[in-house]
Amino acid sequence: MLLASYDPVMYSRMLTGLTLAFHIIFATIGVGVPLMIALAEWIGIRRNDEHYLLMARRWARGFVITVAVGVVTGTAIGLQLSLLWPSFMKVAGQSIAIPLFLETFAFFFEAIFLGIYLYTWDRFKNKMTHFWMLIPVVIGSSASAFFITVVNAFMNAPAGVTVVDGKITDISPFGAMLSPAMPTKVSHVLITAYLTCAFILAAISAWSLLKGRNHVYYKKALKLTMISASVFLLSSAIIGDLSGKYLANYQPEKLAAMEWHFETSKQAPLVLGGILTEDNEIKYGIKIPYALSILAHGLPNAEVTGLNDIPADETPPLWIHYLFDLKMSFVAMMVVVALAFLLLLWRKRSLVYSNKWLLRGIILAAPLAMLTIEHGWIFAEVGRQPWILHGIMRTTEGATVSDHVDTMLIVFALLYIVLGLTAIRVLTRMFRNNRAEDEIAARGIEGGGKQ
Amino acid sequence: MSYEVIGITVLWVFLFGYLIVASIDFGAGFFSYYSTITGKRHLINNVIERYLSPVWEVTNVFLVFFFVGFVGFFPDTAYYYGTALLLPGSVAIILLAIRGSYYAFSNYGSKKDSRFYLFLYGASGLLIPASLSTVLTISEGGYIAVDDNNQVTFLFSRLFTSTYSWTVVLLALVSVLYISAMFLCYYANRANDRGAFEVVRKYAIAWSGPTILSSLLVFFAIRGHNAGHFQRMEDYAWMFVLSFICFLVAIYLVWARKRLGLSFIFVLLQFGFAFFGYGAGHLPYILYPYLTIYDNFTSEPMAIALISVFVLGLLLLIPSLYLLMRLFLFDANYVQGKRNK
Ligand code: HDD
Ligand code: HEM
Ligand code: HEM
Repeated sequence: MLLASYDPVMYSRMLTGLTLAFHIIFATIGVGVPLMIALAEWIGIRRNDEHYLLMARRWARGFVITVAVGVVTGTAIGLQLSLLWPSFMKVAGQSIAIPLFLETFAFFFEAIFLGIYLYTWDRFKNKMTHFWMLIPVVIGSSASAFFITVVNAFMNAPAGVTVVDGKITDISPFGAMLSPAMPTKVSHVLITAYLTCAFILAAISAWSLLKGRNHVYYKKALKLTMISASVFLLSSAIIGDLSGKYLANYQPEKLAAMEWHFETSKQAPLVLGGILTEDNEIKYGIKIPYALSILAHGLPNAEVTGLNDIPADETPPLWIHYLFDLKMSFVAMMVVVALAFLLLLWRKRSLVYSNKWLLRGIILAAPLAMLTIEHGWIFAEVGRQPWILHGIMRTTEGATVSDHVDTMLIVFALLYIVLGLTAIRVLTRMFRNNRAEDEIAARGIEGGGKQ
Repeated sequence: MSYEVIGITVLWVFLFGYLIVASIDFGAGFFSYYSTITGKRHLINNVIERYLSPVWEVTNVFLVFFFVGFVGFFPDTAYYYGTALLLPGSVAIILLAIRGSYYAFSNYGSKKDSRFYLFLYGASGLLIPASLSTVLTISEGGYIAVDDNNQVTFLFSRLFTSTYSWTVVLLALVSVLYISAMFLCYYANRANDRGAFEVVRKYAIAWSGPTILSSLLVFFAIRGHNAGHFQRMEDYAWMFVLSFICFLVAIYLVWARKRLGLSFIFVLLQFGFAFFGYGAGHLPYILYPYLTIYDNFTSEPMAIALISVFVLGLLLLIPSLYLLMRLFLFDANYVQGKRNK
């Protein structure tokens, strides 16, 4: 239908990519927001400040909506992996079943305590008891991201298996979890989820402040979320740098393709931007001398593998360069916003909550962070091509041969559009109809403790 | 017990768990819609909502656990079922997605209970069991063709024209309503909500007869469709007899308005005996006649690892589930709505 001829592999890739790209939005919120809620509730109890407790309550209320979409799209991707990639799942079942299985325990744990947390706000005498009900939610959601990313790390750099002639012969179930891609991948995914959620929640407060609703509640929320975001941003960048070094050692073809590095060489320059001509000439790009060698191995003189050392049929698509450059420009914009915030907080505190440009920047940073996640993932996944399991199974071997994948692609696209639009509508209505200052008045907590 | 049998037992237990909690949920959705159009909503809705709100996500995880675990223990099932089930599987996913999200939208969003949301919620609750039950139907064999290249094709028309497949759908629908109504009797009674109790008691009694009738139909249809399976089920005839006795006890208690907690336990036993009798007769086949639990079972280290992880997981899960039940099922004040949310 969309393509000239029916190709189940192509359609399976498109449908998998679509479902994951949609799921990751809600998954990221599912991982990061519980941490922020916990932070707010903890500060609220510690300082005996009702404003922070209300923050936790309001964030949790919005969170339920996103969780629901996260859960149903997660169920979709879980089933789709078997439906669209039956041969791949057969091999994955033999080799990397433990983290997949553990992930479901993490979901269980999270789901149980989320139910408890949401319905026990005023049930326990000791406020800390309610706070403790949230900790399993934080652990459970981060653990599910941990485990699924372990699976993805295995796909990028299989470990714990012995491969003879492209077939797995010997398996160490726990060894498979210790892929060399695991440390950087897992930590990068977790920290960036926290970062993105801090920015999203900051944007909500910034929006209210920009509208001239300058209740102290919003100021407290903005300060909490933006300081967290700044810390997470710094950590993401450090781990991102380590991810590059991981690539240089274990997936040099991905690094070479993303940097358009054609010849293996020392003192390799980094290309920013630019376009690629028909015969692989780089035009209009900015070359930064030594930078690629530093990025890859930390030394200006280090040798970086180029595409000439990679078999032609194992080279990832070269357009991932654009994805990575886009990602890095989003990161740069987020850094500017965070720096501006920190600078004002340090030098001219009065302006932090009223400077319109800063507030607009913070509002912009939230979608930028989500876009960074999307671009980062698509870059990482497309950069693994042509492999579905690096060095073991090609994507074309993993896919289903069923008919009707094209119809499913259209049907699921419609489903996600409807779900996405309804979720946005429900969430905006929720926050518009129930403003924090009204709720503060209604609950009679105007003072909000000290400060 | 061999690892294969341990593996399939664990998975079957979780599928049973899903069958029960999901039936309660799906049936409640339908009753909620049905009571709206018959003007009895105000009577039973509080009870349904108070139970469902904290547990709906947990219900879904039972299903996820089942299909993820299956791929771990029996990797080949991913290949056969994955290829065959693209369409019915996708339909189930879409229904689950609509149901889960619209439940949350209408329950937590500020526009409460639009009639349209309720309709989606009620209707999907009946369609999901119908579409999921086709997986069990397919496992009986005869709906999949495998050619010499191990290429799997799913024979739609065969499935749609088979009596057996329709009796299973019927049984799934009816038992969902029966299980759910029986549970709501117990819950409404705990809530001391006379009005609600009388309504759901009627539902429960009304659906009890059809449940037994459609089970009998499935028996006959299985005999026609897969005689081998029917014979192995006859070896476990005592389980089905016990199941029937449990049914009688359960329905008597509800009818007499006595010991409703015990009555629901008998419902669990009724379905437990039948479900495990059916399952035991099904062994060793996972997909008749292509796949048994001994074909390409996962490697021994993986089996040991999965089972150990499972035991550790249970140690975490059981206390948490217990806490959830204590707070929302066995806490009379909560059930009676004396605690605010
Ligand atoms: C807001 C989110 C965000 C931010 C601020 C960053 N990243 Fe990132 N990055 C991701 C979000 C992300 C991601 C979406 O989470 C990815 C996709 C796959 C993965 O493991 O994480 C990712 C992957 C990813 C990879 C590929 C890893 C692989 O394929 O195995 C590299 C090389 C980098 N990042 C590098 C960086 C650098 C050098 C950063 C900062 C200076 C940086 N990232 C900040
Ligand atoms: C959630 C963030 C993710 C996003 C946005 C994402 C995106 C994508 C995209 C765009 C593709 C298509 C690549 C292509 O066809 O060129 C893809 C493929 C795939 N991804 Fe990911 N992915 C994510 C995470 C994961 C994880 C955690 C897993 C592991 C369980 C995974 C498993 C797969 C599989 C099996 C394919 C199909 C094979 C392939 O085309 O490589 N993905 N993903
Ligand atoms: C890096 C990418 C991913 C992250 C960070 C992630 C994280 C999450 C989180 C946090 C949830 C729970 C939503 C909530 O309850 O708050 C969730 C749901 C789910 N995810 Fe993902 N996920 C990712 C990709 C995947 C992939 C590739 C799969 C497929 C194997 C998957 C399978 C599921 C399933 C089955 C659920 C539903 C669980 C339930 O029913 O409670 N996820 N995911």
